[in-house]
Amino acid sequence: MTTPISFTHRHAGHCESGVISSLLRHRGLNISEPMVLGLSAALTFAHFPFIKVGGLPLTSYRMPPGAIYRGLARRLGFRMHTERFRNHAAGARALDAHLHRGQPVGVQTSVFWLPYFPPAMRFHFNAHNLIVFGKDEGEYLVSDPVFEHPQRCPAADLEKARFVKGLLSPRGLIYFPENVPATIDLAKLVPAAIRRTVNMMLRTPIPFIGVRAMRRLSVKIAGLPKAVDPRLARLYVGQIVRMQEEIGTGGGGFRFMYAAFLQEAGEQLNRPHLIEASAMMTATGDAWREFASVSARYIKDKSQVDTEPLSRAMAVAADHEETVYRFLLKPH
Amino acid sequence: MKTDDIPQDDNPTLGGVRKQVYAVDDDGRYTAKPTTGWEVESIVTSQAVAEYARLAADALERARAGSASPLEFHMYDRRLELPTLAAAAGLWQWQVRRHLKPGPFRSLSPAQLELYATTLGISVDELRGLPA
Repeated sequence: MTTPISFTHRHAGHCESGVISSLLRHRGLNISEPMVLGLSAALTFAHFPFIKVGGLPLTSYRMPPGAIYRGLARRLGFRMHTERFRNHAAGARALDAHLHRGQPVGVQTSVFWLPYFPPAMRFHFNAHNLIVFGKDEGEYLVSDPVFEHPQRCPAADLEKARFVKGLLSPRGLIYFPENVPATIDLAKLVPAAIRRTVNMMLRTPIPFIGVRAMRRLSVKIAGLPKAVDPRLARLYVGQIVRMQEEIGTGGGGFRFMYAAFLQEAGEQLNRPHLIEASAMMTATGDAWREFASVSARYIKDKSQVDTEPLSRAMAVAADHEETVYRFLLKPH
Repeated sequence: MKTDDIPQDDNPTLGGVRKQVYAVDDDGRYTAKPTTGWEVESIVTSQAVAEYARLAADALERARAGSASPLEFHMYDRRLELPTLAAAAGLWQWQVRRHLKPGPFRSLSPAQLELYATTLGISVDELRGLPA
């Protein structure tokens, strides 16, 4: 057994933001998970009809994997140590060496090969994040932010999960902050991070990202019954909701986490308009939950053909999103 | 979402795992609280699981009838499909597509069988066979 690292496991809403928040806290920088999400400007909406996951178009409610720690490191001005490996054994050795030095390590993995996940959740999603903070009798001690308590994972399984090939393959990625800033200049960073998110959601020139992408998808959902057979239409809708509710914290969850960020930032900086925006973002999250609810009803009730209610619910969510971003754009 | 509205639906798909969600408490403050799951998530997760089960059952029937190789069944059974299996094995899709046919599958070399078995996380014997 390597020397046990004293590490505080924290239950988080999402894997990557949870991992980064915990790794930074371990180094003495007290930063909440919502603050990590907000400052990294990782909130988004994207629907790419031409990128397929399991044969269905990719929908995402957040920036691609890696964007959170890269965005945050750039903004806060700390260096993230990252390593990828061609060779499995070298990857395992490097992880063990960091643990031996007492360094908890962020690791990117596939979900499918992690035995401690419930079977129904084990899909081939390759961009899960967790922290390894020790090794004991051939098992790694894992702080997986999605789980309430620390887990144990046999070394062979973790190695398999780290070296899967395919979309978003981790290639053994391990990471940890090399240094941390002593303080965070919220007054400067918060407005810049919010501006970045708002610009992305309202002004991205391609129609697959932002509020425009939601409206396009809303129209597409309305036309589904005419375009494809009912089974495929249900799978299509199911995939959108799965990306929202199941993968990490998804859409509704991310909106609530972002609202928590706006509230925390507003209180710390004493900016009432951010608190107001937080409430608007909460309403946005609720609108997404309504979309998920209406969609689940459609998926379950095989006699329902009409996708109009789903389309309308997504249009409502898009309106909410646009309102809060426009509000944040105005000078206060 | 208010903390009182956090769903606690005991999702079977979560297998007892509680997730953390952010919600607003009575004083309007955000806080993170655990949830045993939301029925909506359970519905969409089960839908995705059921779709793989359906594809696997179809493939099993074809494999038993001799019109498909066991690989097709095992692919869906391990929640993969053609593009994802090809990517995970490091092969071209046309290669994998060939191996979904019984003839080309039978003539796979031991090394190729081993590659598929490792990718799927099953033994070569299991890969060659079908469940009883």
